[in-house]
Amino acid sequence: MRDTTSILPLSVEGLTFEAGGKRLLDGVGFALARGGVTALIGPNGSGKSLTLRMCHGLMRPSAGHVGWAVADGIVGGLKRHAMVFQKPVMLRRSARANILHALAAIGLSRSDRNARCVAALERFGMTDLATRPARLMSGGEQQRLAIARAWAMAPEVLFLDEPTSQLDPGATRQVEEMLLALKAEGVTLVMASHDMGQVRRLADRVLFLNRGGLVEDAPTSAFFETPASAEARAFVAGDLVW
Amino acid sequence: MDVTQALSAAFGLVFGGDHAFYAIVGLSLTVTLSAVVLAALIGLPAGALLALARFPGRGAVIVLVNGLMGLPPVVAGLIVFLVLSRSGPLGSLGLLFTPAAMVVAQTLLVLPIVIAITRQLIEDLHGEYREHLASLGLTGIRAIPTLLWDGRFALATAILAGFGRASAEVGAVLIVGGNIAGYTRTMTTAIALETSKGDLPLALGLGIVLIALTLGINAVTYAASRVGARFAG
Repeated sequence: MRDTTSILPLSVEGLTFEAGGKRLLDGVGFALARGGVTALIGPNGSGKSLTLRMCHGLMRPSAGHVGWAVADGIVGGLKRHAMVFQKPVMLRRSARANILHALAAIGLSRSDRNARCVAALERFGMTDLATRPARLMSGGEQQRLAIARAWAMAPEVLFLDEPTSQLDPGATRQVEEMLLALKAEGVTLVMASHDMGQVRRLADRVLFLNRGGLVEDAPTSAFFETPASAEARAFVAGDLVW
Repeated sequence: MDVTQALSAAFGLVFGGDHAFYAIVGLSLTVTLSAVVLAALIGLPAGALLALARFPGRGAVIVLVNGLMGLPPVVAGLIVFLVLSRSGPLGSLGLLFTPAAMVVAQTLLVLPIVIAITRQLIEDLHGEYREHLASLGLTGIRAIPTLLWDGRFALATAILAGFGRASAEVGAVLIVGGNIAGYTRTMTTAIALETSKGDLPLALGLGIVLIALTLGINAVTYAASRVGARFAG
Protein backbone atom coordinates (compact mmCIF):
# COMPACT_ATOMS: atom_id res chain seq x y z
CA MET A 1 0.00 0.00 0.00
CA ARG A 2 1.28 3.42 -0.87
CA ASP A 3 1.31 5.84 2.00
CA THR A 4 -1.09 8.60 1.01
CA THR A 5 -0.21 11.01 3.80
CA SER A 6 -0.29 14.53 2.36
CA ILE A 7 2.80 16.73 2.56
CA LEU A 8 0.52 19.78 2.38
CA PRO A 9 -0.12 22.35 3.63
CA LEU A 10 3.27 23.93 3.05
CA SER A 11 4.06 26.76 5.37
CA VAL A 12 6.81 29.17 4.35
CA GLU A 13 7.85 31.62 7.04
CA GLY A 14 10.24 34.56 6.97
CA LEU A 15 12.27 33.15 4.09
CA THR A 16 15.44 35.22 3.82
CA PHE A 17 18.52 34.75 1.70
CA GLU A 18 21.69 36.77 1.70
CA ALA A 19 24.66 36.43 -0.61
CA GLY A 20 27.64 38.70 -1.01
CA GLY A 21 26.29 41.11 1.56
CA LYS A 22 23.07 41.60 -0.39
CA ARG A 23 19.67 40.56 0.84
CA LEU A 24 18.13 38.80 -2.14
CA LEU A 25 15.09 37.45 -0.34
CA ASP A 26 13.60 39.24 2.62
CA GLY A 27 11.10 37.56 4.89
CA VAL A 28 8.88 35.88 2.34
CA GLY A 29 6.02 33.96 3.92
CA PHE A 30 2.96 32.20 2.58
CA ALA A 31 0.94 29.06 3.06
CA LEU A 32 0.20 26.60 0.30
CA ALA A 33 -2.89 24.41 0.47
CA ARG A 34 -3.69 21.43 -1.69
CA GLY A 35 -4.63 21.87 -5.35
CA GLY A 36 -4.63 24.70 -7.83
CA VAL A 37 -1.94 26.67 -9.58
CA THR A 38 0.00 29.33 -7.73
CA ALA A 39 2.03 31.74 -9.85
CA LEU A 40 5.10 33.53 -8.57
CA ILE A 41 5.50 36.71 -10.55
CA GLY A 42 7.68 39.78 -10.35
CA PRO A 43 10.57 41.45 -12.14
CA ASN A 44 13.94 39.78 -12.71
CA GLY A 45 15.82 39.44 -9.45
CA SER A 46 12.67 39.68 -7.35
CA GLY A 47 13.37 36.29 -5.79
CA LYS A 48 10.97 33.94 -7.63
CA SER A 49 13.57 31.31 -8.49
CA LEU A 50 15.17 31.52 -5.06
CA THR A 51 11.82 30.96 -3.40
CA LEU A 52 11.11 27.91 -5.56
CA ARG A 53 14.57 26.43 -4.95
CA MET A 54 14.29 26.86 -1.21
CA CYS A 55 10.83 25.33 -1.11
CA HIS A 56 12.18 22.36 -3.09
CA GLY A 57 15.19 22.05 -0.81
CA LEU A 58 17.86 22.83 -3.39
CA MET A 59 19.04 25.86 -1.41
CA ARG A 60 19.09 26.67 2.28
CA PRO A 61 17.65 29.97 3.43
CA SER A 62 19.86 32.26 5.52
CA ALA A 63 16.89 32.62 7.82
CA GLY A 64 13.31 31.49 7.86
CA HIS A 65 11.67 28.17 7.45
CA VAL A 66 10.10 25.90 4.85
CA GLY A 67 7.70 23.66 6.70
CA TRP A 68 5.95 20.75 5.02
CA ALA A 69 3.18 18.90 6.85
CA VAL A 70 5.57 15.94 6.76
CA ALA A 71 9.29 16.51 7.34
CA ASP A 72 11.05 17.64 4.13
CA GLY A 73 7.97 16.63 2.13
CA ILE A 74 9.17 13.04 2.16
CA VAL A 75 6.65 10.27 2.76
CA GLY A 76 7.78 6.67 3.11
CA GLY A 77 11.22 7.54 1.76
CA LEU A 78 9.82 9.20 -1.36
CA LYS A 79 10.10 12.93 -1.94
CA ARG A 80 6.60 14.03 -2.86
CA HIS A 81 7.59 17.30 -4.52
CA ALA A 82 9.45 17.68 -7.80
CA MET A 83 10.86 20.51 -9.86
CA VAL A 84 11.05 21.43 -13.54
CA PHE A 85 13.63 23.99 -14.59
CA GLN A 86 13.60 26.84 -17.05
CA LYS A 87 16.12 25.08 -19.25
CA PRO A 88 15.22 21.39 -19.07
CA VAL A 89 18.11 19.26 -17.83
CA MET A 90 18.26 16.31 -20.22
CA LEU A 91 20.64 13.46 -19.56
CA ARG A 92 22.64 12.17 -22.54
CA ARG A 93 20.31 9.23 -22.95
CA SER A 94 17.02 8.37 -24.62
CA ALA A 95 13.78 9.98 -23.50
CA ARG A 96 12.77 6.72 -21.87
CA ALA A 97 16.12 6.33 -20.10
CA ASN A 98 15.76 9.86 -18.74
CA ILE A 99 12.54 8.90 -16.99
CA LEU A 100 13.91 5.55 -15.81
CA HIS A 101 16.99 7.24 -14.38
CA ALA A 102 14.90 9.61 -12.26
CA LEU A 103 12.73 6.76 -11.01
CA ALA A 104 15.79 4.67 -10.14
CA ALA A 105 17.35 7.64 -8.34
CA ILE A 106 14.37 7.97 -6.01
CA GLY A 107 14.58 4.26 -5.24
CA LEU A 108 11.74 2.55 -7.11
CA SER A 109 11.97 -1.13 -7.97
CA ARG A 110 12.68 -2.13 -11.56
CA SER A 111 9.14 -3.24 -12.31
CA ASP A 112 7.67 -0.07 -10.80
CA ARG A 113 10.08 2.01 -12.87
CA ASN A 114 9.12 0.34 -16.12
CA ALA A 115 5.40 0.56 -15.44
CA ARG A 116 5.53 4.21 -14.46
CA CYS A 117 7.77 5.12 -17.38
CA VAL A 118 5.41 3.53 -19.89
CA ALA A 119 2.47 5.25 -18.18
CA ALA A 120 4.15 8.66 -18.26
CA LEU A 121 5.05 8.44 -21.95
CA GLU A 122 1.54 7.28 -22.82
CA ARG A 123 -0.13 9.83 -20.57
CA PHE A 124 1.45 12.71 -22.47
CA GLY A 125 1.48 11.18 -25.95
CA MET A 126 5.25 10.80 -26.07
CA THR A 127 5.52 7.06 -26.66
CA ASP A 128 6.84 7.68 -30.19
CA LEU A 129 9.72 9.68 -28.74
CA ALA A 130 10.72 7.00 -26.20
CA THR A 131 13.92 5.87 -27.90
CA ARG A 132 15.02 9.29 -29.18
CA PRO A 133 18.15 10.78 -27.62
CA ALA A 134 16.67 13.38 -25.29
CA ARG A 135 19.18 16.09 -26.10
CA LEU A 136 18.43 15.90 -29.79
CA MET A 137 14.73 16.62 -29.25
CA SER A 138 13.28 20.12 -29.76
CA GLY A 139 13.10 22.55 -26.85
CA GLY A 140 9.38 21.97 -26.52
CA GLU A 141 9.75 18.19 -26.56
CA GLN A 142 12.49 18.42 -23.95
CA GLN A 143 10.35 20.50 -21.61
CA ARG A 144 7.39 18.16 -22.09
CA LEU A 145 9.69 15.23 -21.31
CA ALA A 146 10.94 17.03 -18.21
CA ILE A 147 7.34 17.42 -17.03
CA ALA A 148 6.50 13.81 -17.89
CA ARG A 149 9.62 12.74 -15.98
CA ALA A 150 8.49 14.76 -12.97
CA TRP A 151 4.95 13.36 -13.27
CA ALA A 152 6.30 9.80 -13.30
CA MET A 153 7.64 10.41 -9.80
CA ALA A 154 4.02 11.00 -8.70
CA PRO A 155 4.66 14.29 -6.90
CA GLU A 156 1.98 15.94 -4.84
CA VAL A 157 3.54 19.34 -5.50
CA LEU A 158 5.34 20.35 -8.68
CA PHE A 159 7.53 23.45 -8.80
CA LEU A 160 8.17 24.97 -12.20
CA ASP A 161 10.68 27.73 -12.84
CA GLU A 162 9.55 29.66 -15.92
CA PRO A 163 8.89 26.43 -17.81
CA THR A 164 7.93 28.06 -21.10
CA SER A 165 10.15 31.15 -21.23
CA GLN A 166 12.39 29.57 -23.86
CA LEU A 167 9.65 28.03 -25.97
CA ASP A 168 7.74 29.18 -29.04
CA PRO A 169 3.97 29.75 -28.81
CA GLY A 170 3.07 26.28 -30.10
CA ALA A 171 5.28 24.49 -27.62
CA THR A 172 4.14 26.83 -24.87
CA ARG A 173 0.53 25.85 -25.55
CA GLN A 174 1.39 22.14 -25.37
CA VAL A 175 3.17 22.64 -22.06
CA GLU A 176 0.25 24.65 -20.69
CA GLU A 177 -2.12 21.85 -21.69
CA MET A 178 0.06 19.41 -19.77
CA LEU A 179 0.01 21.66 -16.72
CA LEU A 180 -3.78 21.98 -16.87
CA ALA A 181 -4.02 18.19 -17.05
CA LEU A 182 -1.81 17.90 -13.96
CA LYS A 183 -3.95 20.46 -12.19
CA ALA A 184 -7.07 18.49 -13.08
CA GLU A 185 -5.44 15.41 -11.56
CA GLY A 186 -5.01 17.29 -8.32
CA VAL A 187 -1.28 17.98 -8.50
CA THR A 188 -0.51 21.24 -6.72
CA LEU A 189 1.48 23.49 -9.06
CA VAL A 190 3.73 26.38 -8.07
CA MET A 191 5.27 28.15 -11.02
CA ALA A 192 7.37 31.22 -11.63
CA SER A 193 6.39 33.00 -14.81
CA HIS A 194 7.09 36.19 -16.72
CA ASP A 195 4.22 35.60 -19.10
CA MET A 196 1.20 37.47 -17.73
CA GLY A 197 -1.11 35.91 -20.31
CA GLN A 198 0.00 32.50 -19.07
CA VAL A 199 -0.56 33.50 -15.46
CA ARG A 200 -4.11 34.62 -16.31
CA ARG A 201 -4.76 31.37 -18.22
CA LEU A 202 -3.37 28.96 -15.63
CA ALA A 203 -3.08 30.43 -12.19
CA ASP A 204 -5.66 30.53 -9.43
CA ARG A 205 -3.51 32.55 -7.12
CA VAL A 206 -0.73 35.06 -7.59
CA LEU A 207 2.22 35.77 -5.33
CA PHE A 208 3.78 39.03 -6.46
CA LEU A 209 7.40 39.48 -5.42
CA ASN A 210 9.45 42.62 -5.75
CA ARG A 211 13.05 43.16 -4.65
CA GLY A 212 13.04 40.04 -2.51
CA GLY A 213 9.84 40.75 -0.66
CA LEU A 214 6.35 39.32 -1.04
CA VAL A 215 4.23 42.32 -1.96
CA GLU A 216 0.89 40.76 -2.80
CA ASP A 217 -0.84 37.42 -2.34
CA ALA A 218 -4.19 37.41 -4.10
CA PRO A 219 -6.52 35.39 -6.31
CA THR A 220 -5.47 35.86 -9.94
CA SER A 221 -8.52 37.80 -11.10
CA ALA A 222 -8.40 40.15 -8.12
CA PHE A 223 -4.68 40.72 -8.61
CA PHE A 224 -5.02 41.75 -12.22
CA GLU A 225 -8.25 43.73 -11.82
CA THR A 226 -7.51 45.54 -8.62
CA PRO A 227 -3.87 45.32 -7.62
CA ALA A 228 -3.57 46.62 -4.08
CA SER A 229 -0.08 48.09 -4.17
CA ALA A 230 1.43 50.76 -6.38
CA GLU A 231 4.23 48.37 -7.36
CA ALA A 232 1.77 45.71 -8.49
CA ARG A 233 -0.29 48.29 -10.39
CA ALA A 234 2.85 49.46 -12.18
CA PHE A 235 3.93 45.86 -12.87
CA VAL A 236 0.54 44.90 -14.29
CA ALA A 237 0.49 48.06 -16.40
CA GLY A 238 3.86 46.95 -17.80
CA ASP A 239 5.80 49.78 -16.24
CA LEU A 240 9.22 49.46 -14.74
CA VAL A 241 9.04 48.71 -11.07
CA TRP A 242 11.54 50.35 -8.75
CA MET B 1 71.08 -3.01 -46.98
CA ASP B 2 69.26 -0.03 -48.45
CA VAL B 3 65.96 1.36 -47.26
CA THR B 4 63.89 -0.24 -50.02
CA GLN B 5 65.17 -3.69 -49.20
CA ALA B 6 64.69 -3.00 -45.51
CA LEU B 7 61.09 -1.97 -46.14
CA SER B 8 60.24 -5.10 -48.10
CA ALA B 9 61.90 -7.22 -45.43
CA ALA B 10 59.91 -5.31 -42.83
CA PHE B 11 56.61 -6.06 -44.57
CA GLY B 12 57.76 -9.65 -44.76
CA LEU B 13 58.07 -9.65 -40.98
CA VAL B 14 54.72 -7.94 -40.42
CA PHE B 15 52.80 -10.38 -42.57
CA GLY B 16 55.14 -13.34 -42.48
CA GLY B 17 54.13 -15.03 -39.25
CA ASP B 18 57.50 -14.56 -37.53
CA HIS B 19 56.97 -15.79 -33.99
CA ALA B 20 59.52 -13.56 -32.22
CA PHE B 21 58.12 -10.51 -34.02
CA TYR B 22 54.56 -11.24 -32.93
CA ALA B 23 55.73 -11.95 -29.39
CA ILE B 24 57.16 -8.43 -29.16
CA VAL B 25 53.93 -6.92 -30.51
CA GLY B 26 51.89 -9.08 -28.14
CA LEU B 27 53.91 -8.09 -25.06
CA SER B 28 53.64 -4.41 -25.96
CA LEU B 29 49.88 -4.62 -26.29
CA THR B 30 49.50 -6.65 -23.11
CA VAL B 31 51.58 -4.22 -21.05
CA THR B 32 49.94 -1.11 -22.46
CA LEU B 33 46.37 -2.43 -22.28
CA SER B 34 46.90 -3.58 -18.69
CA ALA B 35 48.25 -0.16 -17.77
CA VAL B 36 45.32 1.59 -19.46
CA VAL B 37 42.75 -0.63 -17.76
CA LEU B 38 44.38 -0.05 -14.37
CA ALA B 39 44.62 3.69 -14.97
CA ALA B 40 40.95 3.82 -16.00
CA LEU B 41 39.82 1.82 -12.96
CA ILE B 42 41.67 4.22 -10.68
CA GLY B 43 41.49 7.41 -12.70
CA LEU B 44 37.79 7.58 -13.61
CA PRO B 45 36.48 7.52 -10.03
CA ALA B 46 39.42 9.61 -8.80
CA GLY B 47 38.85 12.24 -11.48
CA ALA B 48 35.11 12.34 -10.76
CA LEU B 49 35.80 12.67 -7.04
CA LEU B 50 38.22 15.51 -7.69
CA ALA B 51 35.57 17.19 -9.82
CA LEU B 52 32.95 17.13 -7.08
CA ALA B 53 34.97 17.37 -3.87
CA ARG B 54 35.78 20.71 -2.27
CA PHE B 55 38.74 20.71 0.08
CA PRO B 56 41.66 23.00 0.93
CA GLY B 57 44.43 22.57 -1.61
CA ARG B 58 42.10 21.29 -4.33
CA GLY B 59 43.48 23.84 -6.77
CA ALA B 60 47.03 22.67 -6.09
CA VAL B 61 46.03 19.04 -6.67
CA ILE B 62 44.44 19.96 -10.01
CA VAL B 63 47.55 21.85 -11.09
CA LEU B 64 49.72 18.91 -10.03
CA VAL B 65 47.62 16.36 -11.92
CA ASN B 66 47.48 18.55 -15.02
CA GLY B 67 51.24 19.01 -14.80
CA LEU B 68 51.85 15.27 -14.47
CA MET B 69 50.19 14.78 -17.86
CA GLY B 70 53.53 15.97 -19.22
CA LEU B 71 55.61 13.73 -16.96
CA PRO B 72 58.60 12.61 -19.06
CA PRO B 73 58.45 8.81 -19.47
CA VAL B 74 62.10 8.43 -18.45
CA VAL B 75 61.34 10.19 -15.16
CA ALA B 76 58.32 7.94 -14.56
CA GLY B 77 60.61 4.99 -15.28
CA LEU B 78 63.24 6.32 -12.90
CA ILE B 79 60.70 6.74 -10.09
CA VAL B 80 59.34 3.22 -10.53
CA PHE B 81 62.90 1.91 -10.80
CA LEU B 82 63.85 3.48 -7.47
CA VAL B 83 60.72 2.14 -5.79
CA LEU B 84 61.14 -1.39 -7.15
CA SER B 85 64.92 -1.69 -7.03
CA ARG B 86 66.39 -4.11 -4.53
CA SER B 87 67.05 -1.37 -1.96
CA GLY B 88 63.78 0.45 -2.68
CA PRO B 89 60.61 0.32 -0.54
CA LEU B 90 59.01 -2.38 -2.71
CA GLY B 91 62.25 -4.11 -3.67
CA SER B 92 61.31 -7.29 -1.86
CA LEU B 93 58.58 -7.95 -4.41
CA GLY B 94 61.24 -8.65 -7.03
CA LEU B 95 59.28 -6.90 -9.75
CA LEU B 96 62.08 -4.96 -11.39
CA PHE B 97 62.80 -6.05 -14.98
CA THR B 98 59.47 -7.86 -15.30
CA PRO B 99 56.42 -6.97 -17.41
CA ALA B 100 54.60 -6.15 -14.15
CA ALA B 101 57.06 -3.32 -13.49
CA MET B 102 56.41 -2.03 -16.99
CA VAL B 103 52.68 -2.03 -16.33
CA VAL B 104 53.23 -0.03 -13.15
CA ALA B 105 55.40 2.53 -14.93
CA GLN B 106 52.95 2.97 -17.79
CA THR B 107 50.01 3.22 -15.38
CA LEU B 108 51.87 6.11 -13.78
CA LEU B 109 52.08 7.78 -17.19
CA VAL B 110 48.45 7.22 -18.17
CA LEU B 111 46.85 7.95 -14.80
CA PRO B 112 47.32 11.75 -14.82
CA ILE B 113 45.79 11.95 -18.30
CA VAL B 114 42.72 9.97 -17.26
CA ILE B 115 42.30 11.87 -13.98
CA ALA B 116 42.81 15.31 -15.49
CA ILE B 117 40.47 14.84 -18.45
CA THR B 118 37.85 13.08 -16.31
CA ARG B 119 37.98 15.88 -13.74
CA GLN B 120 37.39 18.55 -16.39
CA LEU B 121 34.61 16.63 -18.16
CA ILE B 122 32.77 15.66 -15.00
CA GLU B 123 33.02 19.16 -13.58
CA ASP B 124 31.43 20.64 -16.72
CA LEU B 125 28.75 17.97 -16.83
CA HIS B 126 27.99 18.40 -13.16
CA GLY B 127 27.53 22.13 -13.66
CA GLU B 128 24.83 21.30 -16.16
CA TYR B 129 23.18 18.46 -14.21
CA ARG B 130 23.62 19.62 -10.64
CA GLU B 131 20.17 20.98 -9.87
CA HIS B 132 18.31 18.13 -11.53
CA LEU B 133 20.42 15.52 -9.76
CA ALA B 134 20.06 17.33 -6.43
CA SER B 135 16.31 17.41 -7.02
CA LEU B 136 16.46 13.61 -7.32
CA GLY B 137 18.52 13.36 -4.15
CA LEU B 138 21.74 12.55 -6.03
CA THR B 139 24.18 14.84 -4.26
CA GLY B 140 27.88 14.38 -3.55
CA ILE B 141 29.35 11.04 -4.58
CA ARG B 142 25.88 9.70 -5.37
CA ALA B 143 25.99 11.85 -8.51
CA ILE B 144 29.15 10.15 -9.81
CA PRO B 145 27.68 7.05 -11.54
CA THR B 146 25.25 9.21 -13.55
CA LEU B 147 27.99 11.66 -14.51
CA LEU B 148 30.48 8.96 -15.55
CA TRP B 149 27.86 7.18 -17.64
CA ASP B 150 26.69 10.36 -19.35
CA GLY B 151 30.29 11.34 -20.04
CA ARG B 152 31.09 7.92 -21.46
CA PHE B 153 31.84 8.95 -25.04
CA ALA B 154 34.05 11.86 -24.05
CA LEU B 155 35.74 9.74 -21.38
CA ALA B 156 36.51 7.08 -23.98
CA THR B 157 38.56 9.75 -25.73
CA ALA B 158 40.52 10.36 -22.53
CA ILE B 159 41.30 6.67 -22.17
CA LEU B 160 42.34 6.36 -25.80
CA ALA B 161 44.63 9.36 -25.37
CA GLY B 162 46.22 7.51 -22.47
CA PHE B 163 46.56 4.40 -24.61
CA GLY B 164 48.28 6.45 -27.31
CA ARG B 165 50.78 7.86 -24.84
CA ALA B 166 51.60 4.50 -23.28
CA SER B 167 51.97 2.59 -26.54
CA ALA B 168 54.37 5.17 -27.98
CA GLU B 169 56.67 5.72 -25.02
CA VAL B 170 60.04 4.04 -24.76
CA GLY B 171 61.79 5.55 -21.76
CA ALA B 172 59.78 4.09 -18.91
CA VAL B 173 59.56 0.52 -20.18
CA LEU B 174 63.24 0.55 -21.09
CA ILE B 175 64.33 1.58 -17.59
CA VAL B 176 62.10 -0.72 -15.56
CA GLY B 177 61.83 -3.57 -18.07
CA GLY B 178 65.43 -3.74 -19.16
CA ASN B 179 64.65 -4.70 -22.79
CA ILE B 180 65.27 -8.38 -22.16
CA ALA B 181 64.74 -10.35 -25.37
CA GLY B 182 61.66 -12.54 -25.26
CA TYR B 183 60.65 -11.24 -21.83
CA THR B 184 60.44 -7.47 -21.53
CA ARG B 185 61.25 -6.36 -25.07
CA THR B 186 58.46 -4.16 -26.43
CA MET B 187 57.97 -2.60 -29.85
CA THR B 188 59.48 0.74 -28.82
CA THR B 189 62.48 -0.66 -26.96
CA ALA B 190 63.12 -3.11 -29.78
CA ILE B 191 63.05 -0.30 -32.36
CA ALA B 192 65.56 1.71 -30.31
CA LEU B 193 67.87 -1.29 -29.96
CA GLU B 194 67.59 -2.72 -33.47
CA THR B 195 68.11 0.66 -35.10
CA SER B 196 71.35 1.14 -33.22
CA LYS B 197 72.39 -2.41 -34.11
CA GLY B 198 71.54 -1.82 -37.76
CA ASP B 199 68.71 -4.39 -38.01
CA LEU B 200 66.51 -2.05 -40.01
CA PRO B 201 63.85 -4.57 -41.18
CA LEU B 202 62.85 -5.46 -37.61
CA ALA B 203 62.87 -1.80 -36.52
CA LEU B 204 60.87 -0.75 -39.56
CA GLY B 205 58.43 -3.62 -39.23
CA LEU B 206 57.69 -2.73 -35.64
CA GLY B 207 57.45 0.93 -36.67
CA ILE B 208 54.81 0.02 -39.24
CA VAL B 209 52.79 -1.83 -36.60
CA LEU B 210 53.10 1.13 -34.20
CA ILE B 211 51.93 3.61 -36.81
CA ALA B 212 49.01 1.35 -37.74
CA LEU B 213 48.14 1.14 -34.06
CA THR B 214 48.23 4.94 -33.69
CA LEU B 215 46.00 5.37 -36.73
CA GLY B 216 43.67 2.73 -35.37
CA ILE B 217 43.41 4.51 -32.01
CA ASN B 218 42.61 7.77 -33.74
CA ALA B 219 39.97 6.12 -35.89
CA VAL B 220 38.34 4.65 -32.80
CA THR B 221 38.53 8.02 -31.00
CA TYR B 222 36.89 9.73 -33.95
CA ALA B 223 34.21 7.06 -34.14
CA ALA B 224 33.54 7.36 -30.41
CA SER B 225 32.95 11.10 -30.66
CA ARG B 226 30.71 10.62 -33.70
CA VAL B 227 28.68 7.93 -32.00
CA GLY B 228 28.50 10.15 -28.92
CA ALA B 229 27.17 13.08 -30.92
CA ARG B 230 24.60 10.85 -32.57
CA PHE B 231 23.28 9.08 -29.48
CA ALA B 232 23.97 11.50 -26.67
CA GLY B 233 23.77 14.91 -28.27
